[in-house]
Amino acid sequence: MVFMIPVVLKNLFSRCATRPYPQSPRKLFAGSRGQLVNDAGKCILCGTCARTCPSQCLTVSRKEGLWQYEPFACVFCGVCVEACPTGSLSQLSQWRPAVRERESVVLKVEVKSGEEGKRHRA
Amino acid sequence: MAGTVIPFGPQHPVLPEPLHLNLKIEDEIVISATPAFGYVHRGLEKLADIRDFRQMIQVVERVCGICSMIHALTYCQGLESLMGVEPPPRARFLRVIWSELHRLHSHLLWLGLFADAMGFESLFMQLWKVRERIMDMNEATAGNRVILSVNVIGGVRRDLDPGQTGWILSELAEVEKGIKAMGRTILHDYTVQKRTRGKGVLSREQALELGCVGPMLRSCGVAQDMRLLGYAAYGELDFAPVVERDGDCYARCRVRFAELGQSIDLIRQSIGKLPAGDISVPVKGRPEGEIVARAEQPRGECLYYIKANGGKFLDRLRIRTPTFANIPALTVMLPGIELADVPVVLLSIDPCVSCTER
Ligand code: SF4
Ligand code: SF4
Repeated sequence: MVFMIPVVLKNLFSRCATRPYPQSPRKLFAGSRGQLVNDAGKCILCGTCARTCPSQCLTVSRKEGLWQYEPFACVFCGVCVEACPTGSLSQLSQWRPAVRERESVVLKVEVKSGEEGKRHRA
Repeated sequence: MAGTVIPFGPQHPVLPEPLHLNLKIEDEIVISATPAFGYVHRGLEKLADIRDFRQMIQVVERVCGICSMIHALTYCQGLESLMGVEPPPRARFLRVIWSELHRLHSHLLWLGLFADAMGFESLFMQLWKVRERIMDMNEATAGNRVILSVNVIGGVRRDLDPGQTGWILSELAEVEKGIKAMGRTILHDYTVQKRTRGKGVLSREQALELGCVGPMLRSCGVAQDMRLLGYAAYGELDFAPVVERDGDCYARCRVRFAELGQSIDLIRQSIGKLPAGDISVPVKGRPEGEIVARAEQPRGECLYYIKANGGKFLDRLRIRTPTFANIPALTVMLPGIELADVPVVLLSIDPCVSCTER
């Protein structure tokens, strides 16, 4: 205990090491893997993200034009973001906030005819 | 008088992990200890049947939070050798940097929990305060505090720019200062010595016979360290395993404490030698054949057996984690000690139960 006394005294007279959390949240790091967002304008419903996702929380239905995402099953690994051929997926550095209701994200995506084929050839 | 059997865990105030032991006690003295497994079994190995071999990287990372990076590293290295892929030099050095950051935060976590098990709360908080800097480094460089998710087959997913490496070096200097300030307390404090010296002694022969790994084995005088295999970039870095002779809780504490300095040194060396170039190579095809991959985790040698058949899914994935190899030692270390010393001896093996039970 003796060796600890200087440290304890220093701590006693220095600034608090902890943060009063909700009032002053920590600064976000630029590269943090946070919320997943899809820019519906760029998505071509190719389904690559759904095929690569390790937690299988994405569903892409080309027939109905839907891109579905279960944020509560997502592990925020970013694999889908890297796999997306059009760059329509991205991750914010902000983590997913707590919510009262569990909801999945459903995006209606319209793919212009011919666009998919064009992008694939490019 | 016949002994009384006391279930120790899976829920116990001192345990950070749900380890379950049935202790046979007579007059406060432990006569025998029988480990029981399965409380947090999640069946992750079985997931290999329904997740393809690339998706399994993210699954094996979740075998254990504390060594997530090294689990993925071992798995990727196994598949790389099966598929004949050579990761670029820069990726190999980056893998060392993240591995050693993991070892640093794991050992600090353990030292803190160990202090807590002895009832030394202020030391626990001080150590975790230092550890927070490492968690920040992990998040800023890899994107997450715990599950780094940087490994892919053929390299790594993230690169470090010069600004980041400079920042890591300056943060490491602070971490080193914090660790140094705690050194005298950890190694020479009366309370710590009283609770750890001569407790849970394991001889070199017993450790070898029971198949102990990592710091458990090194604290008994065996210089075994999987990093000596030279995987990733360890072959090009200069280090020697930390070895102690006494084999008691104090020796294990000394080994892990010394390894903090070793990890800092390895990160500095890797940043100094970090070659320029690509961070991953494209990988085509599917794995075929079987292989055993090994790497040194903070708790010791981790072993992956991978059997692939050239298809999308692996035939078999078997993970032998270091704690699984170290638990048998408890059956010889615990008999003969007092019940009050059980938490300290138990924690001295650095148990990670979710990883043991996968
Ligand atoms: S990979 Fe990208 S473009 Fe393809 S379906 Fe997913 S979000 Fe859309
Ligand atoms: S971040 Fe990972 S888990 Fe989440 S949707 Fe993308 S691939 Fe799936």
